[in-house]
Order: sequence, then structure tokens, then C-alpha cells
Amino acid sequence: MEEFIKVNDVFYQYESFDEETDAGYALCGVNMTIGRGEFVAIVGHNGSGKSTLAKHFNSIYLPSAGEIFVDGMDTADDDCLFDIRKKVGLVLQNPDNQIVAGIVEEDVAFGCENLGVPPKEIRQRVDEALRAVDMYDYRRHSPDKLSGGQKQRVAIAGIIAMEPECIVLDEPTAMLDPKGRDEVIDTITRLNRERGITIILITHYMEEAVLADRVIVMDSGKVLTEGMPPEVFSQVELLKRHRLDVPQATELNHKLRSCGYELPECVLNAEDCAQALYELIKGMSL
Amino acid sequence: MSVIKAEGIKLVYGAGTSFEKTALDDVSFEIEKGEFIGIIGHTGSGKSTLVQLLNGLLKPTAGRIFLNGKDIWQEPKKIREVRFKVGIVFQYPEYQLFEETVYKDIAFGPKNMGLSEEEIDEKVRAAAAFTGVREEWLQKSPFDLSGGEKRRAAIAGVIAMDPDVLILDEPTAGLDPLGRDALLAQIQNYHAVRKNTVLLVSHSMEDIARIADRILVMNHGKKAMLDTAANVFSRGRELEELGLRVPQITKIMMLLKEKGISVNENILTTEQAFNEIINYLGGSSRI
Ligand SMILES: Nc1ncnc2c1ncn2[C@@H]1O[C@H](COP(=O)(O)OP(=O)(O)OP(=O)(O)O)[C@@H](O)[C@H]1O
Ligand SMILES: Nc1ncnc2c1ncn2[C@@H]1O[C@H](COP(=O)(O)OP(=O)(O)OP(=O)(O)O)[C@@H](O)[C@H]1O
Ligand SMILES: [Mg+2]
Ligand SMILES: [Mg+2]
Repeated sequence: MEEFIKVNDVFYQYESFDEETDAGYALCGVNMTIGRGEFVAIVGHNGSGKSTLAKHFNSIYLPSAGEIFVDGMDTADDDCLFDIRKKVGLVLQNPDNQIVAGIVEEDVAFGCENLGVPPKEIRQRVDEALRAVDMYDYRRHSPDKLSGGQKQRVAIAGIIAMEPECIVLDEPTAMLDPKGRDEVIDTITRLNRERGITIILITHYMEEAVLADRVIVMDSGKVLTEGMPPEVFSQVELLKRHRLDVPQATELNHKLRSCGYELPECVLNAEDCAQALYELIKGMSL
Repeated sequence: MSVIKAEGIKLVYGAGTSFEKTALDDVSFEIEKGEFIGIIGHTGSGKSTLVQLLNGLLKPTAGRIFLNGKDIWQEPKKIREVRFKVGIVFQYPEYQLFEETVYKDIAFGPKNMGLSEEEIDEKVRAAAAFTGVREEWLQKSPFDLSGGEKRRAAIAGVIAMDPDVLILDEPTAGLDPLGRDALLAQIQNYHAVRKNTVLLVSHSMEDIARIADRILVMNHGKKAMLDTAANVFSRGRELEELGLRVPQITKIMMLLKEKGISVNENILTTEQAFNEIINYLGGSSRI
């Protein structure tokens, strides 16, 4: 896979860093590569450095040491700032903090206007972005009358309209109900599959992380481990030692397998878990 | 006698303005002393509005709320007493912490209840110990704490008032899995020791299923269900229509049943599912 983002031994220290109370660097020696068109989930304990890293991907923060390249451009190079921000869009946890205009379509247009896209093209891009997140029918609504899931999709539409090659989402579903979470996750997986947009999803929901192509686990400002979801989520004890968890389906399968039952090494969702249990039960009752 | 009784409550925000919004409409229910109630519902269904009505932060547009049999708005001047008896940990704890130090924040409630310095100190330390607020954080500014630490401080501040009814609005949002489990265990422990009434609002069906005795389901400002956790989560199709789901573990058992395996599908935790499968396999186990 073609390399899109490259993180080389990055350290980061906040300016307000206080030797007495702070443990040290928020990031201390992060290395990772994100491929073009890849869907990567980043998980890790509170304070492990996920949000700090996310803000490095589009040059909001610059490394204290080390370097980051986005599509070959150094994020510390001022001349690349505009191009990097165009390539990498960031969606945050609380949609209320990201809605700026009084009408949905104006809100979605906001980012494009800042990029200096001609008005006619903006119109087209906004309509298309709203269709992509299935919110076109709401284009004339006021954003504050929308549900949390709908607001978050409007925020994503605003990013899509800027036609980024990569979208970074920092806990986009933390305040959403189950349906809103599904809507947002369906939208981003579709953008990834149908448009080849690179997705970096930061989440505390392991059920969401299992949907990615690859999972990166952060711990205390470093990458602890990474791999395809079955590789990462089969290490149940390791994850628990680092304040993480696995989906209930994975846990049940793991516990039964540990008792000696013949089950797959790792299942990641309810359907696969039920199927594996069904086969186990059928096999044993023969 | 029920500890809380809501009778036809309605709440309209911005009545008479162009922003008028009916957040709650004709909601009635009763909660018994010592119950652990879960509250679920789609975003904007009225959960936060409801809990603020229960401790008198908002006044119902219509209907009445009884605390231990007494209408809380019967004597509006005494509404402060209701706030000591019904403690809320807000959805965003940042809005709750405002003192210079964590100690002062936790001491705020007891101080306002007119307790002596010694009693206050005792309450602060007990509440801090209960919620896992560490000694060394007490003299820090609450704003220098991480998200999870802030949550704990906010909860300690409410627990220090020893409320008869403890309400927590989305206490685990944004916490990592271990932080979430530890916090829920602490709340469960507090409930077991104090034998008080707890109301917990959450978007996590998994958390609600394993902790609540009964669940109140809200939908567009109305009460959709109020029943035991097992009964509520046996109504998967209806929950789906309300924007909700059953916990993943419950779904696994339901799928297994659909495949013709006659397991008990009224399962709320991984532990229960594990035992059910082991039991089911018991007869034919080759291990
Ligand atoms: N503005 C800031 N000033 C000083 N320190 C900060 C600031 N923001 C974060 N930190 C510290 O940097 C470290 C990493 O924080 P970061 O927000 O990146 O963690 P995170 O993995 O996103 O955590 P969470 O899961 O809680 O969102 C933590 O120790 C945190 O206390
Ligand atoms: N101060 C306010 N003024 C006007 N409308 C409000 C106010 N607070 C809440 N609302 C509206 O009232 C309805 C109920 O809101 P509430 O915050 O009680 O929902 P909730 O169930 O807690 O949602 P969430 O799951 O997102 O926290 C929503 O439509 C909301 O937009
Ligand atoms: Mg973060
Ligand atoms: Mg709320």
C-alpha cells in the first residue's frame, strides 16, 4: 500500500508542561505509517496521547522532536500548511463545538469558503457532501434542531466538501446514542470503501475499532502494538493490562476457548460469535 | 412509599418564544427507595431535562414531583433542601467544578449544608476515598486533572452531601474501558453500602444492562418503557425503533436462539452468557 502519512520518532511536550505534576512528554517516540486509502483505528487509555497525535496530522501541533510527513510534505514546513489542511480534515468529539452557521448547508459550505473554492463549485460540493452522509433532505434545517448523530454527520459533510484525502475523527461517537453511532460509523466506512478516503478513527468503543483494516494501540505516548483487528483483539490479557477491553463477543469466545472448547481463535462481532457457538454446539451434540 | 414520584410532568423550554421546545410531555413514574434505575433514550429524548427536574434545578411547566411523598415545589423556598437530598453529577463535569482546589470543590456541598469543619473534612475524605480521588489531587486545581480524574472529583463532590438519591448523567462518556469499569464498580459499591437510590443515564446499553434493576426508556420527551432490565432488553425490535439497541451479548444469545438452539436469551452480561453456554453444553461436554 502506498504510504500517505509517515510519523518518525515524534515527541511532543505541551507548553504548559509542569515538571512537578506532569509525567513528561505527551508523545514520546511515536512511529507509524498510514497507507493511502487505509481505515485505521487508534485506541488507548485516557491520556495516552491520541488527541495530541491527531492534531499533529494536520499541523495544528508540530512535533517537539521528530517529523511527520503527509503525502510527502513535512508538517513543519510553513509552505505546505495550506495543502496539508486541504488533504487532512479533522472531526472532533462534540458536534456542537463544530457547527458554525444557522442553516445546515451554510455550515457545510464554511470550510470550502475558507479554502477559496469558487461559489458555483461550492454549491455542487455541498450538495454532494450532504448526499454522501445522507443529510441532503435536511439542507435547509437549522443544525440545533438536529439529533446528535445528525449533527455529527453534518460536521463530517463539512469536511467531505473540502474534498480531503484523509479524515481524522477523534471520538466522533462518544456522546451519541446507539443509532447515531451506527450512522456515523456507516458513513465513514462508506467513504472509505466507495471513495478511497483514508480514515483514522480514534475511539474508546472496541466494537468500532474492530471494523478498521488495522488497529493501533497507544500507551503512555507510545505505540504499544498494532495489527489487523483479529491479531490485536486476540491479545485479550495484554489489552486489559493496558486499560483496554475487547467486544463482548470476543470476550465470550475467548473465555470459552480458554476452557478448552473448540472455537475460533478470535471473533469480533455478534454474528460470528453466534455462528461459532452454533457450530460448537452442533459438533458436540453429534 | 416511593422515594420519587413524577406525576404528569411537562417541561417546555423558551415558552412563548420562537425557540419553544417541549422537552418532556406527560411523564409519570414511581421509583422505590434503594432501587438502581438506568435511563436510556435517543439524543434529545429529554433525559438530562428529566433529571434536572427531579432535583429542582428546573421547574415543571405542568405536573408534580414528589420526594418521599412531598411535592418538591409545595414550598418553593425550601427547594435548596431538595438539592441536598437529590444529588446530580452532570453530563459535563467541567460545568460542576469551579473552586480553586479539588478539596474545596468536594467540600462545597457539605459546607452549604451547615456542617462543622471537622464534619466537612470527614465527609470530604470519605467521599474522596470512595470515588478513587487520590490524596495528592486534593490540593490541585480541578482544571489540571485529566478527563477521568475530573469525573471522579465531580462525583465525590456529590457523594459528600450523602444524597438519598444519587443521579449520574453519562458518567462514563469519554472514559477508557478500565476507567469505565472501575467507576461503575465504585458506584455499585456505594449503592450496596449506602442502600440509597441511584439513577444512571447512559448511551451504553452494555453498562446499563449489567448495573440497573429497572430501566426507564425515554422517547421524544415521553416515557416509552419502565421495566426490569431483562424485560426491556427482551424487546429488541422496539428498542431499535427508538434508536436504541440490545447489548451485544444479548444479541448473540438471541441469534443463537434464532438458529434453533434453545438457550435462555434473557442474558445481560458476558458472565451470564458464559454460564448459560457451559450449562447448555454440560450434558454433552467432552472436557
Ligand atoms: N492542553 C494541554 N496542556 C497540557 N497538557 C495536556 C494538554 N492536553 C493534553 N495534555 C496531556 O497530554 C497527555 C496526552 O493527552 P491527550 O489528550 O493526547 O490524550 P488522549 O489519548 O486523547 O486521552 P483521552 O482518551 O482522555 O481523550 C495527557 O497526559 C494530558 O494530560
Ligand atoms: N436550555 C435549553 N433550551 C432549549 N432547548 C433545550 C434546552 N436544553 C435542552 N433543550 C432541548 O430539549 C430536548 C431534550 O434535551 P435533553 O438535553 O434533555 O436531551 P438528552 O436526552 O439528555 O440528550 P443527550 O443524550 O444528547 O444528552 C432537546 O430537543 C434539546 O435540544
Ligand atoms: Mg482525546
Ligand atoms: Mg443529556
